[in-house]
Amino acid sequence: MPNYYQPEIECASREEIRAIQDEKLVKQVKHVYENVKYYRDLMDEKGVKPEDIQSVDDLHKLPFLTKADLRDAYPYGLLACDLKDCVRIQSTSGTTGRRVVAFYTQKDVDLWEDCCARAIVAAGGTNEDVCQVAYGYGLFTGGPGLNGGSHKVGCLTLPMSSGNTERQIQFMRDLHATILCCTPSYAAYIGETIKEMGLTPDDIDLKAGIFGAEPWTEEMRRDIEKSLGIKAYDIYGLTETSGPGVSFECCEQGGMHINEDHFIAEIIDPDTGEVLPEGEKGELVFTSIDKEAFPLLRYRTRDICVLSHKKCSCGRTLVRMSKPMGRSDDMLIIRGVNVFPSQIETVLLKEGYSPNYQIEVDRVNNTDTLDINVELSPEQFSDTVKDVAAKEKALAAAITQMLGIRPAVHLVAPKSITRSEGKAVRVIDKRKLHD
Amino acid sequence: MSVHQISVFIENKTGKLAETTKYLAEKNINLRALSIADTQDFGILRIICENPANAVQALKDGGYVVAENEVLAVEIKDEPGSLAQILTVLADAGIVVEYTYAFLSVKKAGDAYMIFRVDDNAAAEKALKAAGIRIAEQDSLF
Repeated sequence: MPNYYQPEIECASREEIRAIQDEKLVKQVKHVYENVKYYRDLMDEKGVKPEDIQSVDDLHKLPFLTKADLRDAYPYGLLACDLKDCVRIQSTSGTTGRRVVAFYTQKDVDLWEDCCARAIVAAGGTNEDVCQVAYGYGLFTGGPGLNGGSHKVGCLTLPMSSGNTERQIQFMRDLHATILCCTPSYAAYIGETIKEMGLTPDDIDLKAGIFGAEPWTEEMRRDIEKSLGIKAYDIYGLTETSGPGVSFECCEQGGMHINEDHFIAEIIDPDTGEVLPEGEKGELVFTSIDKEAFPLLRYRTRDICVLSHKKCSCGRTLVRMSKPMGRSDDMLIIRGVNVFPSQIETVLLKEGYSPNYQIEVDRVNNTDTLDINVELSPEQFSDTVKDVAAKEKALAAAITQMLGIRPAVHLVAPKSITRSEGKAVRVIDKRKLHD
Repeated sequence: MSVHQISVFIENKTGKLAETTKYLAEKNINLRALSIADTQDFGILRIICENPANAVQALKDGGYVVAENEVLAVEIKDEPGSLAQILTVLADAGIVVEYTYAFLSVKKAGDAYMIFRVDDNAAAEKALKAAGIRIAEQDSLF
């Protein structure tokens, strides 16, 4: 069984893919230059005109976009079409500061869903499958993306969203779900719950899982595959470029095929911005060549990885990217949510605490934990436990509001947070995220 | 007519209380009464001592987070029902008791005191006095 959704693209010759990219890139640069003042100014500043971009070879001439640009241009500054032509937004978690809002026309939604459909079909999905989508629905791209892809493939779609694990398992059993889409940590949690309920993989019909939105190791993959009796596939994406489905794993499980008819990938040196030769490790940069509403050119993902053009035995010719091996900034991905230490700092200052804090991230039973130690100041202290505990609780609530995930907040004595070379160590990440 | 209490923030970790009391000893601070309230993360050490201003300064110099407030030191008879009597008087007067702890007098053998942290010291004092219950002053404890 071929397991392709759009074989004419997925298995096209490299020359065909290159021709598609050249043509779309030239058009896209023109579209952005004419409609997005923010990027036009960046190009003018660099002395680059749309005519200078004749093919993918010229891509390196264009300026980069970063998350800081998205913040500066929030909310409409990077919009490239009329709002009346937009039908949807999706957004990243943070409630202030680092929020990203991406716009979609109907065509953008359609192509994004195609990308997700390719991932589902690559995992063996057909219209005879029952696809349980246990990613969060709403502003988060996970649920809507895989939901749309599942429809395209013609699967019976169970739009479960995340949480309520016993109900997830009940639906999984009663409706014979065969494909599960969620974060890898939630998949692992479902696997554990199944075991706790006294069930085995034989009691469920799952055959495949499509898991993304956070880093996971090969070891975790094996655990999930064993606990659910499935083959587990990785999927990659980011709200800035559309959502999940920018790249996806095939049956070879040897890197994720990038949907190159929609995105051009480059690997750059994060320090110099120079494009690196194929096979070298560096920061992944994407150019959206199909998006109408929110077409980011040369967007720096901050994910460190390697690209491979080696022929894949699945038959796909699309370039493969490795699992991200780290970040070129301080962003943490905790339970699938993007967290910047500076967001926590903002809340502390706003709530009247000193910006002396330490974040401890760990993974216990395949679920991320977030502990924040905050140095107490005399203003927050009182002689009653009730008052101090209420302050601790209010701070946890304010951080939850900011991040979208709940931390455990611990008040600690002043100057008790470890400082190395005079600088406080802000983040201790005890997780093993990369092989 | 109240007593000055010092509260000190202590992390709920092995050795922290020992460290703090050792520090107080080094600074020659003699504790007359103390109580500890604890949660999973932290504890609050509350102390009554002679010359509280010096003690507060010493603690602050040592980097401790300190809170100060006035509490009532109520004389209590060594017989059944005396605590109930005090609490009833306070309850009848609508006074909220946050916490309380006991200690023995060193001046008069057999005399005991209860420290009361209430929401309204003046009202509590008035109600207790009207019921014939005696309240100690800071100096009389040392």
